[in-house]
Amino acid sequence: MKDTLLSNCERDFLLKAIEEKKRLDGRQTYDYRKIKITFGTDYGCCYVDLGKTRVMAQVSCELVAPKENRPNEGIMFFNIELSPLASPIFEQGRQSELSVKLNRQLERCLRNSKCIDTESLCVVSGEKVWQIRVDVHMLNHDGNLMDAASIAAITALCHFRRPDIAVQGEEVTVYSPEERDPIALSIYHMPISVSFSFFQQGTYLLVDPCEREERVMDGLLMIAMNKHREICSVQSSGGIMLLKEQVLRCSKIASVKVSEITELISKALENDKKARKAGGRCGFAESLPQERITALKMDEMPVEVTDVTEQAYDIIQKTKEPPQTVPSPLVPAPGVGQVDQGQQNTWGLEEEEEEREDGVEEEAVMEVEQQKEEESKGNIVEISDSEEEEVIILHPETPDTLHKSSCHQQGSATSKKKHKK
Amino acid sequence: MTSFTCDESVSLCEGNMMEVCGSTDSCLREFGCEQSLLSRPDGSASFVQGDTSVLAGVYGPAEVKVSKEIYDRATLEVLVQPKVGLPTVKERSQEQCVRETCEASLLLTLHPRSSLTLVLQVLHDDGSLLSCSLNAACMALMDAGLPMSCLFCGVTCAIDADGRIITDPTAAQEKESRALLTFAVDSTERKVLMSSTRGSFSVHELQQCIAVSQKASEKIFQFYRDSVRRRYSKTL
Repeated sequence: MKDTLLSNCERDFLLKAIEEKKRLDGRQTYDYRKIKITFGTDYGCCYVDLGKTRVMAQVSCELVAPKENRPNEGIMFFNIELSPLASPIFEQGRQSELSVKLNRQLERCLRNSKCIDTESLCVVSGEKVWQIRVDVHMLNHDGNLMDAASIAAITALCHFRRPDIAVQGEEVTVYSPEERDPIALSIYHMPISVSFSFFQQGTYLLVDPCEREERVMDGLLMIAMNKHREICSVQSSGGIMLLKEQVLRCSKIASVKVSEITELISKALENDKKARKAGGRCGFAESLPQERITALKMDEMPVEVTDVTEQAYDIIQKTKEPPQTVPSPLVPAPGVGQVDQGQQNTWGLEEEEEEREDGVEEEAVMEVEQQKEEESKGNIVEISDSEEEEVIILHPETPDTLHKSSCHQQGSATSKKKHKK
Repeated sequence: MTSFTCDESVSLCEGNMMEVCGSTDSCLREFGCEQSLLSRPDGSASFVQGDTSVLAGVYGPAEVKVSKEIYDRATLEVLVQPKVGLPTVKERSQEQCVRETCEASLLLTLHPRSSLTLVLQVLHDDGSLLSCSLNAACMALMDAGLPMSCLFCGVTCAIDADGRIITDPTAAQEKESRALLTFAVDSTERKVLMSSTRGSFSVHELQQCIAVSQKASEKIFQFYRDSVRRRYSKTL
């Protein structure tokens, strides 16, 4: 599906509003939209709402053989899915420019910053390591997908627990969560990406652009940073020239935002931990809003099944038995034989012989005639003619009339040929 | 041609009648639904059954690709997104089940040469995933305001080793079950729109499961009605 275009009026309006230091949703220049972090029922599942942008991250693990050049390091795998749910322009199973860009940025943000201890993921050196897979699904695209994805990914990684293992000689035992408590990953720091959009060749700057603002922006700067104010990656796109001061100012803003977001994440993780410890139900089902008019919840309820058995019995009793045989076989045309269930064989021996004889005779006649033709008119035998003759042989007629009619038709056919020539 | 004749099946179930009618553990887990929770799609809904939850979004009627255009009705595309990895054969078969059900209830001829896209994102699978997807799909279609001849809902029944019928089973119950049947039931005549089965069961058990599903569907349709009433309580 094609995306709807932004009209010139809208574009001018947005740019003018930005010039006047106003934003469509009433935010200030450096404000983030409301961030909400919820967790799924199982470990390593996290939903992040950034305003109307909504992202889900799911972490999973698997035992695999390590890479040859790094025999005692676990493998991290990141996958950002631009699901068609998020925006009609996203197509399923197609690598778009945006998805490659986001994937690369997330990898630089989380893998290349060495925020996860990959060596602790080694089980047997050179043979078995854990592969940690992070799937990030975009559920609703309202701008700034990268920040939402980075928050979701790092929170999900913090929330994730891998199964405990025991190594005895060559044998590796993987314990289920019931047998032994699963183990959290060791995470050194939490890099978080902060996006800045630039307008009018870098004159104006906005933090956390929404979808409309992303459409009219000139350039984008993404800074990934942790709460210790260490920059993990900087990426500038859109072909905009930035001054040194601008980049420095952005990094200062980023450090403030990152510390706020990190605090939020740790708070959310703690709340979830408490909820899980208390043994209460947690997860997406519990985070369903109650006060909204569009949401409704219903408690567990029994289904009345007293007369189900009788009903089922009734239906079966009333059902007619399917007929064993076909009552009257359908013969498409006289003279057509059919060997099938419950039908009489109409291919009598005598008849067959007769037919065969007829066929031989006819063929002989035909050949003679063809030869005659060839003799008289050279080699101008058309394929269509011979086909016509073949049709005549197989024409469904009763054996008595067959010979006559076929002769007659052949005659007519030959006469036609003569006519043609 | 099916080799099952009626007499055979009846005598067959009379044999293990005690098992079949022993008891039916029929209850639906708690339900939850939220509509219009996403801003981008034309209609969206999340449906929760116990811990199983599915998010659905509908785009359309919109422009259609020329290769997919059908001259007298809308093209319906259903996409199921798994939680981990890329869609596999399992998701494809689920897509097919949901699409056929939606095609049966949607009035596609009212929007010729246009496209409808229904995307289902699995949020958590704890059994009865197909029926939850169907319910989410119906709620999203309702939210998008697409014309339909009837509503539909999905009910999953599991028959366990003792022959008991369990409605809306959890993943653990599904694993232990001998057979798993999912039906899509329409709201007007309670007819079966789609059925998807796994495992072996007798004709009698099949009929019983259909009857149970029809009973359960009434509860779900009541839930649909309540949620729609709540939603429009301020506007009507």
